[in-house]
Amino acid sequence: MSDLEPSTGGASLTGDDSASLNSAGASAVAAAFGTVSATGQWRDIRRRFVRNPLAVIGLILVVALVLVAILAPFISPYAPRHQDLLNTDAAPSWKHLFGTDVVGRDQFTRVLYGTRIALIVGLASILLASVLGVFLGAVAGYFGRFWDSLIMRICDIFIAFPLLVGAIVVITVAGQGVLPVIIALAIFGWSVVARLLRGSILSVREADYVEAALSLGASRWRIVTRHILPNSFAPVLIYAAFSVGSAVVAESALSFLGVGVKPDVPEWGNMIAAGQSSFDTQPWLTLFPSGAVVLTTLAFVFIGDGLRDALDPKLR
Amino acid sequence: MLKFVVRRLLQMVFVFFGATILLFSALFLFGNPADNLSGSGRRPPANVVRELEAKYGLDKPIVVQYYKYVEGLVVRFDLGVSYRQNTRPVSEILPGKLAITSKLAIFAIAIEILVGLGVGIISAVYKYSFLDIIVTIFTTATIGVPVFVTAFLLQEVFAFWLHWLPAYRLDSGFVSYILPAIALASVDTALVARLTRGSMLEVMRADFVRTALAKGVSRKAVIFKHVLRNSIIPVVTYIGISFGTLLGGALITENVFQLPGLGQALVIAIQSNDNPVIMGIVIYGVLIFALVSLVVDLLYAVLDPRVRLQ
Repeated sequence: MSDLEPSTGGASLTGDDSASLNSAGASAVAAAFGTVSATGQWRDIRRRFVRNPLAVIGLILVVALVLVAILAPFISPYAPRHQDLLNTDAAPSWKHLFGTDVVGRDQFTRVLYGTRIALIVGLASILLASVLGVFLGAVAGYFGRFWDSLIMRICDIFIAFPLLVGAIVVITVAGQGVLPVIIALAIFGWSVVARLLRGSILSVREADYVEAALSLGASRWRIVTRHILPNSFAPVLIYAAFSVGSAVVAESALSFLGVGVKPDVPEWGNMIAAGQSSFDTQPWLTLFPSGAVVLTTLAFVFIGDGLRDALDPKLR
Repeated sequence: MLKFVVRRLLQMVFVFFGATILLFSALFLFGNPADNLSGSGRRPPANVVRELEAKYGLDKPIVVQYYKYVEGLVVRFDLGVSYRQNTRPVSEILPGKLAITSKLAIFAIAIEILVGLGVGIISAVYKYSFLDIIVTIFTTATIGVPVFVTAFLLQEVFAFWLHWLPAYRLDSGFVSYILPAIALASVDTALVARLTRGSMLEVMRADFVRTALAKGVSRKAVIFKHVLRNSIIPVVTYIGISFGTLLGGALITENVFQLPGLGQALVIAIQSNDNPVIMGIVIYGVLIFALVSLVVDLLYAVLDPRVRLQ
């Protein structure tokens, strides 16, 4: 199973049917990367990833964000919608770390709960977009001809819409809320994934090891699932990591404009929009949720950078 | 070359029909515009709905509506009339707003090219120096800050605290564009700088660069004539793609800075269910983006003679 490789690499290093034919390619890869054992492709990628300090910081940040999202009720003693009308517009203090808003809601609690929306929307929309994009991109790249032209022309249509503009139109029709935002971002996200995968399949399809597997009598299904897809997956993985960050930004931007999730939901874009008018007296109302968006985006940018360097050492 | 342009234009026609059909069915099939036509937010009585539907041609089958819309657009460049604003024709409302958004976008692209490319070249030439490290930290941090946060922070600091630049609208002419354009360009400028640096560092390792240096070409000439020229293609591609995100970003900056451009008009039109205006703006966006992509493809051939367009 360990045959995910940089698209520029040579051969499948596991003991499947193409390994013996590609021993020359394997040793070339081994020579290029230093000492690599016969089964070390994944381990090698992992090693390059954990040697990159920013990538590790990104990973730690994401794990921390996931923990915050799950444990939010245990971290904060307040409920995100609880209004303390005797303690409104409070400055940050030990009791209310990020202060309270105009109806006395604890801002720290709301930022914590905002992590949930950000991660759910970011991860779910990119997962949905990737599944759709991988399927259609694989069909276009592998079957070519009619399917290729059809799917690529449909891609053109969806790529022609600027993301936010397209998403707003979908939300106007589907209504506000978490699910419509996820769907809207996925509808205008799959086309890039499909294009990337198709492009790299087209180059991998011509590789010698595919021809070798074919001449050994491997089935079409085996060639697609064991040789072509694993070897053309790197760009999709890298793009998906970056896109989670962009999806978090897009989601908070939609809420900031008032068309994302409902206004009372504890969500960062909502909080920034609400705090904006009183920035000169209570800058903390906008700065803390803004910081949360920046931190989340950077975490995924770092992971994306780390993945790119680990999967494709030639690009360093 | 000509064949390529013709084929791309045909593709654009296809994209145009696909995008308008998609949008039209989303807005008019599921959107129920007549419910909101009265503007009161409540559904008006049935006879009023029928009257309004007849007035705007909404009582006809969707296919007929679409045909009429496209016919008007192609034959007379007519985009229908606004449901609000006293049924003013959309093709009269939009050009003024397009001019504002275009100025903003061109300003932002200029910042991306000048600052992004400049900073990228400097940090590639002085790689691993103190300057390069500072630039890398700054560009990486900028990528993480969403446009709407940059926009309101710039507005707060440079308009409300320092009073250097106007905070809202276009009353002061040209200078009113400065803050919105910087906010709009921020993320893409940082990305262009990073991309330029990475791309140049890769080319600097190429054999032809070593050859040029070995035969005595000056370092300056090597960087500008050999390295830059060969590393600029991914940058040009990115700037072309970023045009699409610029149109989306204009939505946010125009709303923060209250510029009466297409972005602000789109948000207002969506809040008031003004379908013809929504359609008009999105069609503008799609067509502009398609034209920019065509120009970027043609630029490839100019920048890299090896690229043959077919």
